[in-house]
Amino acid sequence: MAFLHVQKTTNRLKGLKNNRSLIPYLLLAPGLIWLSIFFIFPILQLGATSTKTPAGEIGFFEQTYRFQNYIDAFLASKEQFYRSFLYATLATILALAIAYPLAYAIAFKSGRYKNILLVMVIAPFFTSFLLRTIAWKQILGEEGPVVSALRAVSIIGDTTSITATPFAVVTGLTYNFLPFMTLPLYASLERIDPRTMEAAGDLYANGLTTFRKVTLPLSMPGVVAGTLLTFIPAAGDYINAAILGDPKSKMLGNVIDAYYFRIVDYPTAAALSFMLMAAILILVTFYIRRAGTEELV
Amino acid sequence: MAQDASTSARGDLILRNLTKTFGDFVAVDDLSLTIAKGSFFALLGPSGCGKTTTLRMIAGLEEPTSGSIHVGTTDITDMRPYQRPVNTVFQNYALFPHLSIYENIAFGLRRRGISNDLIKEQVDKVLNLVELPQLAQRKPGQLSGGQQQRIAVARAIVNRPALLLLDEPLGALDLKLRRQMQIELKWIQTEIGITFVHVTHDQEEAMTMADTIAVMNNGKIEQMGSPDDLYDSPKTAFVANFLGQSNLIPGTVSGNDGDNLIVDLHGNKIAMPKRRSSATGASILAGIRPEKFRIAPEGKGATGNVLTGGVVSDISYIGVSTQYQVEMPWGKELMVFEQNDDDSDFLKKGEKVVLSWEPMFTFGLDGSQDASAGAH
Amino acid sequence: MRSVKRWASKNLIRIYAFLAFTYIFIPIIYTIAFSFNDGGKSNLTWKGFTLKNWANPCAAPEICTALGNSLKIGLTSTIFATILGTLIAFALGRYHFKGRSSTNLLIFLPMATPEIVLGASLLTMFIGLGVDTGFVTTIIAHIMFCISFVVVTVKARIASLDPRLEQAAMDLYANEWQTFRRVTLPLVAPGIAAAALLAFSLSFDDFIITNFTIGTEITFPKFVYTSAIRGVPAQANVIGAAMFFIALAIVIVGQVLASKRKSKLS
Repeated sequence: MAFLHVQKTTNRLKGLKNNRSLIPYLLLAPGLIWLSIFFIFPILQLGATSTKTPAGEIGFFEQTYRFQNYIDAFLASKEQFYRSFLYATLATILALAIAYPLAYAIAFKSGRYKNILLVMVIAPFFTSFLLRTIAWKQILGEEGPVVSALRAVSIIGDTTSITATPFAVVTGLTYNFLPFMTLPLYASLERIDPRTMEAAGDLYANGLTTFRKVTLPLSMPGVVAGTLLTFIPAAGDYINAAILGDPKSKMLGNVIDAYYFRIVDYPTAAALSFMLMAAILILVTFYIRRAGTEELV
Repeated sequence: MAQDASTSARGDLILRNLTKTFGDFVAVDDLSLTIAKGSFFALLGPSGCGKTTTLRMIAGLEEPTSGSIHVGTTDITDMRPYQRPVNTVFQNYALFPHLSIYENIAFGLRRRGISNDLIKEQVDKVLNLVELPQLAQRKPGQLSGGQQQRIAVARAIVNRPALLLLDEPLGALDLKLRRQMQIELKWIQTEIGITFVHVTHDQEEAMTMADTIAVMNNGKIEQMGSPDDLYDSPKTAFVANFLGQSNLIPGTVSGNDGDNLIVDLHGNKIAMPKRRSSATGASILAGIRPEKFRIAPEGKGATGNVLTGGVVSDISYIGVSTQYQVEMPWGKELMVFEQNDDDSDFLKKGEKVVLSWEPMFTFGLDGSQDASAGAH
Repeated sequence: MRSVKRWASKNLIRIYAFLAFTYIFIPIIYTIAFSFNDGGKSNLTWKGFTLKNWANPCAAPEICTALGNSLKIGLTSTIFATILGTLIAFALGRYHFKGRSSTNLLIFLPMATPEIVLGASLLTMFIGLGVDTGFVTTIIAHIMFCISFVVVTVKARIASLDPRLEQAAMDLYANEWQTFRRVTLPLVAPGIAAAALLAFSLSFDDFIITNFTIGTEITFPKFVYTSAIRGVPAQANVIGAAMFFIALAIVIVGQVLASKRKSKLS
């Protein structure tokens, strides 16, 4: 529900109180202190840990400022790195393709059913993320209805599976983050004055041109917000790969998890986490810049 | 083929038996109408009367339930909006917020594949016509309401449509700007000679700008004619009340006197020109516009048609004129506008008065109607 | 032909939306259906209809402990995150102050950071400080990542309020506190409620961060994840389905209340 409003908040700062009192700082203090201690500080700790080296016993490390850790960690996991971004990109594109027409239909064609349809969009949030993913595993699994049906009509052979494939992982990612794509798209489409689309038709633009020249550019804030809200969690996810994938479709999240809990190599895990965050932030910044400043033709 | 219509079709706009229903609701009811090429036509009526639906059907934004729409000899009923020789100035303008003013105006030209040079020439020309050439690179959000309105007009007329539709184009402007834009729109229409079809609920706006007004009510046209024709000779109580104000007094036709009917209004015999009455039976509504009344203290001489026994119940002084409410012996109040052009004595509240007027200013309506239909 | 084409082009998007909703609901319906499966411990294939899973949802070992823990963590985190986030939202929505953009950045960053990084960094810090992980560390983590979502939700509601309403209240002799108490807070309340629901569902459903901060304790998502290897017991589906219906009921009641209020006003 938060995402419905993400973009609405930006340019409405009129009517703010301008007194130089302490009140705003008192309001901010508890929350920001919390975030500083439990978000900023841990991230700094993570950075510090990433350059440590093992010190004798398992699970003990000392600070040696070994930046080589990053290179080692990257070289050891570059495949999963690449896969994380590939899968997240694919899932984002798929989610956009599914969500855009859906959001469009809800915004412009749903009439009085609008609210019901919006609730249906977020319905997956009402069940457990893990249960949904496991449900997909069983639906697509060896004994599930999809594989049996496809085998019965010989679309796939007896040895071909759907689960434990990259396809299943991307499907799972797409499904799980679909509401994050749909809601911001809906919010930005819903704010478009339908008369601007009528005006385009009136000015000799056919349906496709109207979409390309008017609807799509006006819904860009939603496209940007939706793709970010889908891409970021998808790139860092490892549940879908763990449940729906096989060793060959592991993502960076799986590797970080393994370094922490199985190998107990905190510096490598920290270096990978840091690189993941940095890569996402760089991509996101680049993406926002590009989407924000260039007119889409 | 159809694409060509957007530039080639010219001529009168002809609506035949146009009907639009939304479920059980009949928005436009069997409307037939011809709008002459080059005229400034106003569809006037209260909200919900079907005028906007009619306009949207002409623009192609609503599909008619039945009936046809022609421009000249071209049937445009089934054409998509972008195939029609019609452009619209939308209510609240619907300017594209993401495009500059220049690109807003160029939008239609670009869709029709016109060369950049020609587009620039035409956009510049139309920006000059609406006197805003300096705003070309701004975005719509940076413009005032009046400026946006002019750009909306420019964006439509730059395409040289056969027909320009204006949907309450001045509704969002303040009074002073509205008056100014009325004059400008009228001037632009004369300048470029395109047929304008203007939808409004503001009778003053329609009167100021249009050559021909069609007053709509409940999906039908009540009456159509020139502004003065409609004002002087309304044919229904709705038109009499909606276009300006009218005093409609029920009475019975009691006789004949050459060119005049003699009508009995609650015991007062008055004369009414026969040609100004649309009533067929004996039951009649006698109509007198408030400014046609003369008002005088009881006892003073009165000529023409006379109503006696009135008492002033309310007075409002509004500069050029004074408005009186006069309670008549039969319990109804009449409205009287008196020009403040002489220093005749002011009347006071509670004072007994006589109302009189020239018989030629009386019009007659069928008595079976609701006398308050269409009153503001 | 023409009319067929038009019908298709008009309804294409509706057909598409129908298919999309089918896709959205397939795993939900599957989850609910398999809560009625008489499948024993593994619940992998359909073995027959039964109500016994619903009659005894705690039959699976540890599942109700896990559920209870998740509820405890969810409620505590929601309360704290809602309070802290709402305070920040009011500061951002109603005051000018120095440091506004850095505040916005600090709110945005946790949402833009992958959960695994949040979890890893917290665990790194807790290990570094020698803190034992468990309930407290998990609640701390949940409050942290819920605050941003609360701020965004409540701030949007505040921003949509007409500031003239507050000015009108002051004009009508309400002092600042009374204005807040009588005008601002009631108007913002639906936003706060929505934020609290969001925070609770985020906390209740979280696995990735929790897995780093919970130590040896168990939560409902962790229970599901660890039992996934052997097959999730049908009782987990019962709890998932029940949560689904409860959430649905809350949202529907909220919608009905909102539309009732709207129709009362108009």
